[in-house]
Amino acid sequence: METLTFRHTTTKPLGGTTSQAITGVVASGNLEVLLERILAPDSCEIAIETPINGFGDVWEAVVADFVARAQPGGLRISINDGGARPDTVSLRLLQGARLMEA
Amino acid sequence: MALPDPNAVSWYEATARQRLSAFLDAGTFVEFLGPAERRMSPHLPLFDLPRAFDDGIVTGRGTLDGKPVLIAAQEGRFMGGAFGEVHGGKLVGLLRAALDVKPDAVLILLDTGGVRLQEANAGETAIAETMRAIVDARAAGVPVIGLIGGRSGCYGGGGLIAGTCSRLAVSESGRISVSGPEVIETNKGAEEFDSRDRALVWRTMGGKHRRLIGGADAYVDDSVSAFRAAALDLIGHAPAFDLATLDAEQARLESRLVRFGDCRDATEIWARLGVNDPDAIPSMTTAAFAETVAGVTEASHDAR
Repeated sequence: METLTFRHTTTKPLGGTTSQAITGVVASGNLEVLLERILAPDSCEIAIETPINGFGDVWEAVVADFVARAQPGGLRISINDGGARPDTVSLRLLQGARLMEA
Repeated sequence: MALPDPNAVSWYEATARQRLSAFLDAGTFVEFLGPAERRMSPHLPLFDLPRAFDDGIVTGRGTLDGKPVLIAAQEGRFMGGAFGEVHGGKLVGLLRAALDVKPDAVLILLDTGGVRLQEANAGETAIAETMRAIVDARAAGVPVIGLIGGRSGCYGGGGLIAGTCSRLAVSESGRISVSGPEVIETNKGAEEFDSRDRALVWRTMGGKHRRLIGGADAYVDDSVSAFRAAALDLIGHAPAFDLATLDAEQARLESRLVRFGDCRDATEIWARLGVNDPDAIPSMTTAAFAETVAGVTEASHDAR
């Protein structure tokens, strides 16, 4: 198992008031994303546990892209990965952000 | 966000959380030990396997057509919905809470291959404790209803748990058994049971067969609304739980063995049950199948 943590500063907080959401399932090629609105409005932390070792730079790029697009200020995002491809990870992160914006 | 239409949500395709939110009265679900509590398996990291925040089971309370219920939904896609220590502990705790809360029912959305092999001892214990807790809840007058229609079916210890429920509803894709197709083939050979023969698997363990022989009490379409309607009906018709019920169940199972013990295929059993055209059963629509079931006296009973 590999544990990765990325911290970002955002230009704004994520809209909406939902305090917590979860999306996805830990299954082969899939992942679950738990989002909690518990950080300062301009910060975002994304913690990942993955059984696939050695892809830290890919995770870093996918997470940076998500943060730039969604500006998820205030969120702590926790991921249990089941070996998802980068596009699936992007999709789930954006789905999660959408749920939090409700 | 708009809630999903329960008529349109396929039980088979939905996740445990999607089933729950479309099944209960809108907005009434309150989760116990939700994902943010991070009660995850202490065992899986030893095997370098990923964990789930809810350990593959969602538990809580809500209302069903206004009736207060306790409810659990297994996630069949996480490790085949299998029972581990935390997963089982959450279900047992929910069932024990029924003794205090006295809900109108406990609903278990079963979707499981049985015990999680990496947590074998804890998982086996969880199965035994769950069966005990179901019996205690039923003895206290709380019906326990099992709903089966997920991709993992209901196998292994899950099949045993299903056997202890007050009532069961199953869809065509739902399968109920103890040893799964691959297990039987591995132990007895492909001539005894060819696990790749999907028609054989469904004839032997599928929802229609279980309904016809009285193993399940309702056969429903693969939609959340169909399961919801069936659950409401079954709650209202849960059998008593006393010595007479258990004696009746023992007698039912003994006579079933005598009557069908020498059958080589489920179609033979259906023929002996009085079904005119057994070969037509697998392709029957739900409505046509309901008519067939109505003509089979063994299909509906108050044993259990």
